[in-house]
Amino acid sequence: MSAVASAPAPAGVLDVALQSAETAAFRAQDWFAVLRQQGWHAFQSLPMPTRDNEKWRFSDARTLSLDGYAPAKAPTPAQAADLIARSRLISDAAGLIVHVDGHCVLKPTLSAELVAQGVVFESLEDAVRSRPALLQEHLLKHPVLLGGDKFAALHRAWLRAGYVLHIPKGVEVKQPFVSVTWTLSDGVAVFPHALIVAGERAVADVHDFHLSARADQRALAISAADIHAGTGSQVRRLAVQAWGSATQSFQVDNTCGGRDALISSVNAAVGSRRARLENSVRLDGEGADVRLYGISVASGEQEFDQRTLQIHAAGHAKSDLLFKNALLGKARTIFSGLIKVAPDAQRTDAFQTNRNLLLSPDAEADSLPGLEIEANDVKCSHGATTGQIDPTELFYLRARGIPLAVAQELLAQGFLEEVLAKVGHEEAAAAVREMLRLKFHQA
Amino acid sequence: MSDSLVIKNLNASIGDRPILKDFSLTVPKGEVHAIMGPNGTGKSTLSKVLAGHPDYSVQSGEAFLDGEQILGLEPDVVARAGLFLAFQYPSEIPGVTIANFIRAALVARQAKGAPFDAKAYYAELYAKMDALKMDRKFTSRFVNEGFSGGEKKRCEILQLMMLKPKYAVLDETDSGLDIDALRIVSEGVNAMRGPDTGFLVITHYQRLLEYIVPDRVHIMWDGRIVHSGGKELALELEEKGYDWVKQDLAKA
Repeated sequence: MSAVASAPAPAGVLDVALQSAETAAFRAQDWFAVLRQQGWHAFQSLPMPTRDNEKWRFSDARTLSLDGYAPAKAPTPAQAADLIARSRLISDAAGLIVHVDGHCVLKPTLSAELVAQGVVFESLEDAVRSRPALLQEHLLKHPVLLGGDKFAALHRAWLRAGYVLHIPKGVEVKQPFVSVTWTLSDGVAVFPHALIVAGERAVADVHDFHLSARADQRALAISAADIHAGTGSQVRRLAVQAWGSATQSFQVDNTCGGRDALISSVNAAVGSRRARLENSVRLDGEGADVRLYGISVASGEQEFDQRTLQIHAAGHAKSDLLFKNALLGKARTIFSGLIKVAPDAQRTDAFQTNRNLLLSPDAEADSLPGLEIEANDVKCSHGATTGQIDPTELFYLRARGIPLAVAQELLAQGFLEEVLAKVGHEEAAAAVREMLRLKFHQA
Repeated sequence: MSDSLVIKNLNASIGDRPILKDFSLTVPKGEVHAIMGPNGTGKSTLSKVLAGHPDYSVQSGEAFLDGEQILGLEPDVVARAGLFLAFQYPSEIPGVTIANFIRAALVARQAKGAPFDAKAYYAELYAKMDALKMDRKFTSRFVNEGFSGGEKKRCEILQLMMLKPKYAVLDETDSGLDIDALRIVSEGVNAMRGPDTGFLVITHYQRLLEYIVPDRVHIMWDGRIVHSGGKELALELEEKGYDWVKQDLAKA
């Protein structure tokens, strides 16, 4: 670790010439080059977050560092083939896109029916060229509200990898669209983006897997998602953060829901040394219904930092949040959630729950729930609990002959199962369940 | 001794409060023994102490399961040695299905790394659930979560039937059961009666013993057995009431 830190900083993501050269490659798409350039300028002018910043409270801001990471070359065909094979996690996928080290190595192939319906699922790089209007309307249009401005700016500056999913008005797709993003090279920096646009009454299910080729992968990953759920649409997303254990991960997700939109997201956190999730949702239309779920098993010295925001801009809408963390070893989790209700968002139902299960005396879970309500006719609540395994339940399992460690693991998995049930796709839930289960055996 | 559950001069307490006082009892394998007694006399404590519950402390005495000392062992070790406790108040275990729960208990009894025969497991599980008139859908329900009193007790008996212990302690299994559930649960226990299993049935009421007919009945009072007899003792107790125990037997 220290050898890497004390080496002279190589040309990397902080290198102006490298960023300019890559941006210049997009000169035919002037608007996109401008967007990247704006990101770069914003990145340079913004300070690194510090611990005294309220939005970074309890985070270990002192160890934040962007030195020593660089974009990587495309993988060899053999490496790509291997990782593509490992990406086939969902057998009924409507389409699969695979990136390795920020390079798209598998473009999705959609059925003729989906193509005929106007469904778009393609790499961001392709979409930049082929669908400028769609992207200029929706790409990175959300403000960054939860403190990750500097990281979001760097994401914008290096934006290239990722995908665009557009489900046109009235089209319902039951099978999930799957994106698998890998890191492979040591010290690689990746900036994957997910742009999801669901038209009126469109139905879409998306699975995002962020994985590393090696369990101890060192990388910097700054990902972002823009989700636009139109009137009466239904968008369900599973996002799995399972980068290698020496990765710093920053994830800035923004969602807006129109009238009567039904949105559900499950954020699962497994990997990285530190991982920060900023998940912000704005309910713009009456009758919108948003469910935000989070699930993690934090182990070793991992820090999972979860910041959420539920903005009720319209009345008669509902949002519900449940984040569950199980902590092993010396792991730390931070949950900070805010519900904001605008003055005219009457008849809002907004709830927020954070539950943490401490499986080790050295683990620490911080919880900062918050409400800012400016309307007077609302139902809002928040709650947080942090506790240990119930000794009565533990005795019950042990009285059946189940050894202590196995019983603790079963109870912890049972604790997480409530959120896994929200994934809504058996195979995907099983994949996540297995990733979470393995954490108990690495700790 | 080598084919009995033997409890000798057991003294146990919760906190500073002594509950079992020189308690002794022998249940030979193949027999069903009942312990009856008023509330607060230490019946449930006995079951918890035998099962290795950490809240109770043992001051002195011994307990042997087919000759193997079980006092002071971890609860899962006692269970794998062959003692099963059917709980008076079974815990609800959110997120853990009955199928996974019983499977984990069976895997714990296998040699480490031995393959688990899932097909045979489900065949047996379904057969036993059918016998207990449990809907097969219960396999994917979370253990005891949202179960009625009767469903919880049936689930206990299902575990008993699947784990096939050498000795089973049924702690007030009849509490909270209507007559139909009582009959089904009793049939499950009776189906397991045989030379390989010993039962200790703890109950407050004689009613259960109409269905599970005991070989011996013991009356417990103030932390020990004060009187023992055949199955007719349960009827006598029902007739005379616990005042009889208090006034006559307790002095003995």
